[in-house]
Formats: sequence, C-alpha cells, structure tokens
Amino acid sequence: MLRIEQLTLELPYYPRWWQRRFATHLDQLSFSAAAGSLHAVVGASGAGKSLLAHTIMGLLPANARLSGQCFYQETLLDAKRQRHLRGRHMALIPQSLNALDPLVRTQRQVSWAANRSGLAHKAAWQAAGQALNHYQLDDRAGRAYPHELSGGMARRVLTAMAHAGQASLIIADEPTVGLDPVQRDRVLSALRSLAHQGKLVILITHDLRHALPIADHVTIMHQGRSVETAPASAFTGMGETLKSAYAQTLWQALPDNAFSASEIIHKKEESVA
Amino acid sequence: MRLGLAIARRLLRLGLVLLCVAAVSFSLMMASPVDPVDAYLGPQMAQVSPEQRELIAQRWGFNDPAPLQFGRWLQQLASGNLGFSHVYNQPVGDVISQRFQRSIALLGSAWLLSILLGFTLGIIAGAKEHSPLDKMISTYAYITASTPTFWLAILSIMFFSVYLGWAPVCCAGPTGVLSSETGLLTRAHHLALPVVTLTLLGTASITLHTRTRMLALMRSEIATHAFAQGASRLDIAWRHGVRHASLPALTLALASLGELFGGSILIEQVFAYPGLGRATVEAGLRSDVPLLLGIALFTAVFVCSGNMLADSLYHLIDPRMRRKYA
Repeated sequence: MLRIEQLTLELPYYPRWWQRRFATHLDQLSFSAAAGSLHAVVGASGAGKSLLAHTIMGLLPANARLSGQCFYQETLLDAKRQRHLRGRHMALIPQSLNALDPLVRTQRQVSWAANRSGLAHKAAWQAAGQALNHYQLDDRAGRAYPHELSGGMARRVLTAMAHAGQASLIIADEPTVGLDPVQRDRVLSALRSLAHQGKLVILITHDLRHALPIADHVTIMHQGRSVETAPASAFTGMGETLKSAYAQTLWQALPDNAFSASEIIHKKEESVA
Repeated sequence: MRLGLAIARRLLRLGLVLLCVAAVSFSLMMASPVDPVDAYLGPQMAQVSPEQRELIAQRWGFNDPAPLQFGRWLQQLASGNLGFSHVYNQPVGDVISQRFQRSIALLGSAWLLSILLGFTLGIIAGAKEHSPLDKMISTYAYITASTPTFWLAILSIMFFSVYLGWAPVCCAGPTGVLSSETGLLTRAHHLALPVVTLTLLGTASITLHTRTRMLALMRSEIATHAFAQGASRLDIAWRHGVRHASLPALTLALASLGELFGGSILIEQVFAYPGLGRATVEAGLRSDVPLLLGIALFTAVFVCSGNMLADSLYHLIDPRMRRKYA
C-alpha cells in the first residue's frame, strides 16, 4: 500500500547569512508496507523519523530538496495527490501536544478534522463524538480545552482526530512520549486495532521495546538511512536472523537482553571509519 | 463573590489612578504661568485695580498653600462640581458632555472601522506570507503607520474637499445652521472625511499586529497539524487564525483609546470639528483652568476604563486564563 523508493531529503541551512548549504536528512531511504499491518519505524533522535512522516504527508517547507519516489496504492504520491489525500486517506498523529489548538474545545477540534476529511458539519460533529467515545473520552472531555486534559487524554484526542477522518494510512509520530505504562499500552493497542481494521499504521518511535509487541514489520533508521527492514519476529534470541550489525546491536542493547552494546558499537565505528 | 472582589479591586485601582492624575495635573496648573484671576477677568483686566484683584484672589483662596487648594478642589469634584468654563460660558461638566457626544461619533466610528478593517487585512496578509496580497497590505500598513495624522488630514481636505468638492471643508454641520436643525445625513456627510482619515491611519497598527500573530500561527504545530488534516490556508485562517489573532487585536484596540484621543486633537483641529479635542486646545490657549483639568480627568477615566476592559475581556476570551474567575 505504501512503497518508498530511494527517498532522499535535503534541507537548507545557513552557516552564514549569505551562504546556503543543504544538509541530508533522509538518505536513499526505501521500504514498503502493506495495508492491515503495523509498520514500526525505529531510530534514535535525529535519525529523520519525523521528517519521513512529514515527507509522506507532504508537509515539508517549500525550500526542501527531495528526490526518490513514494507510492501510495501503487500510484505515485506527488504534491498534488498528497494535497488531495491528506485528511481523507492519510492522517498524521503529531508528536507534540502543542498541535492541539489551545483556544478550541476538544470535540470541536475533532469535528473540524472530520469536516476536513469531507464530512458535512452535522455528520462531522457526530463522527467526532463517536471518535472521542471510541477512545474513552466522555462529554466532559469533549467540552474541555486542551490545557484541561491530561497528557494521556490529549494523546487520545490526537488519535481520535486521525481516526475521525476514516483515513486508511495513519502515521503516528512518537505517540507514547511522556505517558505512563498504562496510558502507553492503551495508545499502542488502539493503534494495533486500527491496523486490524485494515488500515496501514506507521508507528514512529525511538523505543524498539514498545514497538515490537504490536508491530508486524520494523524498519530501523540511522542517520537518515534505512538500516534494515525486518519482521518483528526476527527480534528474538540474540537477533541472529537480523542482517545488519546496527539492528543486532540495538536489539542486544535492550536491558531485557544482553545489555551489551559497547563492544559491537566500537567495532562498527572502526569499520565505518 | 470572587468576581465582585475583582471588580471592587479594579474600581479601587481606577480611583487611585484618578487621584494621581488629579494631583499631577493640578500641580502642573499651579506651576504654569497662567494667572487664574487674569484668565477669569479676560479683557476686563484693565478695569480692575490691584486692590480689587487682591480681594478676588483672597475670596477664592489663591493665597492659601497649594495642598489646601488641592483639597478644596477635590472636595468640589467629589460633590460633582467640575467648575465653570469661562471660554464656553458653561459649567465644565456640560461642555465635556456636549463635546464628547460629538467626538464619540467621530472617534467611535473611526475606532470601530479601523478595528474591523485592520483585523481583516491582518488576517488576509498573515494567511499567506510573501503572497502579492500580503506584500500590498504590508506596504500599505508600513506607509500609513509612519504617516503623521495631521498631514494626511490636510492632504485629504485639499484633495476631496477643495479639488473634488465631495466633502465639506470643515465643522460638524453647515455654517449658519443650528445644530438642532442639521439632519442626520448632513451630519454624516460632515463626519465622513475625518472618519476616513482617522480610520486609514488607525488600521495600520492593528493590521501589523494581527499579521504578526497570524504568521506565528501559520508556522506553528497547530497549522502543520491542520494541514495534515487536509485543511486549506483559508480554512486555517478562518478557524484558528481569527481566534488566535483576536487576542492581541482586542488588547491593542482597547489600549489605543489614549492614542485615539491624542489623534482626535489633531484631526479636530485640522477639520475644525467641534469636539473634545478642539475644546482641549481652546482651553489650553485661553487658560481655561477648570476645563483643562476636567478634560484631563475625563480622558484619564476613559483611557483607564479601556485598559481595564481589555484586561477583563482577555480573561473571558482566553480559556487558559478563565479559571481564575470561575
């Protein structure tokens, strides 16, 4: 359903005010994911995960330089098609809670999202109520302003906004940051159930541990490159079936496993140098 | 209960501010070279002997220490007596209320128009940065923001009244006609040019502030999130922009009431419009102390209530601040 081929993204920066250089943020990134699955994209901060999400949605600044191709349902995803699909077929659950408008009540915001996905006003309002209910947010939460919600509730509101539009591709950008374990599992299982409904869910996270139980496939990203895409089942034992050293290291570095990263990372750095 | 307390606190603050304004303007008057006896006598000054002058001064208490005079004046103020204006030959209260009614027609309509126009232009300009429309509106705003009021007023009289003959040159009604006999349409006709001039100038600051707020919003995560939902720029400007930009616009509009009064003095002078601004100039030029003090106090009340209103409305409009009074 989503196929990304040799995606390279460069953004300008200005070392001095008269100079403009381009920094590479995504480097020949490729992976593909099928409908009805949950595809996790895992990487450290600065690996380019959020930029990947913005690239797929077409939310990059105008001065970005992009090469490579994205295909959505086997058709090329260009700027015009992205504009058409945004909200209707593709939805983004943003990373920051600041994405909620502090001056608008919750249900109204959700209904705007539904309205933008093509529902009429009245239908959008009902869809918003249903979406909020679906994520265990009652009428009181619907009437509340974002600052009156807890972190977990605000996350669920963002998820409800993506859900209200009935999009078939949902990109969740770090949806579990700052949540306690109970809230986190709630959000993750909500994403899993979206995948069960036949949607493609791209889960962007830095935490491999939380992604593995619910993901079908995992793409490991490092410095803008896709290091490896493997089924979630490959992350077992000492990770022998993983092809790349980086993915193996990442897996073994988890506290539940060997917890021994340093050796391999040093070796890897030498080989890179 | 807490709302009552908040209102009481604000009123107390207003009272204190007024007391300070009264003290400062009173001491300015005491320090000024205006001799109240001369001002009172006017042209009859020559017919009065020094002994008689001394008698008047004694009768009115001009020889008493300043704090005592101030106290006496405050006492009169408290009982509602603002004094008598010798320029207009009327009690000061009457002069102010008559003049204010005319001024408010001019200032109020210009104020309202400039808010509406400035806010709309700011939203349009800020919705899409660097678009041709944004460039046009910004250029207009920057030019008018740096244009002196009186200069534009003189230019518009020369062009619209003298050259084109569309608008009357002066005053609030035709000369030689009693103000009770002038119709509503004639009044509006006389009001039009000063209102347009004031509006053109007043829009600039509101436009620029609204635009800045809109630009910040358009770069925020709120806008990115809305774009991700498939919203157009117009949609974002209408749904999110109007809410976010109305906060600074409202504050600016209410806080600029003082500036408006200042502007009105110049505009009323140029257009010879008989409002409060012209009364201020007259009172100053012809040493009408009671009228000057009265206008100073009245302006202070007006400007302070504007600021207080802005402060209170902010709490009502912004849900993040509403809690305190709930």
